[in-house]
Amino acid sequence: MLHILYFAWLRDRLGRADETLPLPADARSVQDLITQLRARGGEYGAIFARPEQIRVAVNQRFATVAAPIAANDEIAFFPPVTGG
Amino acid sequence: MPPVTVRVQPDPFDTAHETALLLRGQDMVGGVGAFTGVVRGGNGLVALELEHYPGMTESQMQRIADSACERFGLLGCTVIHRVGRLEVGMPIVLVLCAAAHRGSAFEATEFIMDWLKTRAPFWKREVFADGRSAWVEARADDDAAAARWDGIVAAAGAELKK
Repeated sequence: MLHILYFAWLRDRLGRADETLPLPADARSVQDLITQLRARGGEYGAIFARPEQIRVAVNQRFATVAAPIAANDEIAFFPPVTGG
Repeated sequence: MPPVTVRVQPDPFDTAHETALLLRGQDMVGGVGAFTGVVRGGNGLVALELEHYPGMTESQMQRIADSACERFGLLGCTVIHRVGRLEVGMPIVLVLCAAAHRGSAFEATEFIMDWLKTRAPFWKREVFADGRSAWVEARADDDAAAARWDGIVAAAGAELKK
């Protein structure tokens, strides 16, 4: 199962901090997952239609949308960071 | 490796105590660079609410601190970042860099702050007196400040790029 995390305004807009779902059969990369999430429509559609405003981490490391994904990965979506 | 402490906590930190811990057992330190970030008010802001990504935040802070130790030859380093609700005027982040000489201590402190702002997964929400709240947007000049170190520390920085 993929464990997907959402932070900051993504979590607020999606109404959830995380979810688990089976690795989609044809999903090989973060981009494939984004395409699947966007296809849900609603807030998912609105948010994932603009991936340039989102950052991603795979297994707690910053990654690009080209990064490969595998079953049991932890994938986090969040806005650009604003700490410090 | 020199002693590195990184911590994420809701509680306040004690700079004097942390400095004493950093210096314990050290006999070659000539100076400690110190930066304390504070919640700045204005425009009706009353507090910040800080959120983070537990696990990834600590590992990114550790990588940033390790990079600073390597790049600037630090003899020790402490980075503490607070989370949760922090009122205007409250300390939010502490960076301490112990080095043989002040130049490295100052530079490393600035380097860590620049990279913390762009490479550690924290997010701030602004809370205003009238009850409004809004997520802070990332600043282009923070990216620029962080990027100026890239030429100097390209090898260490490559894996930290967001």
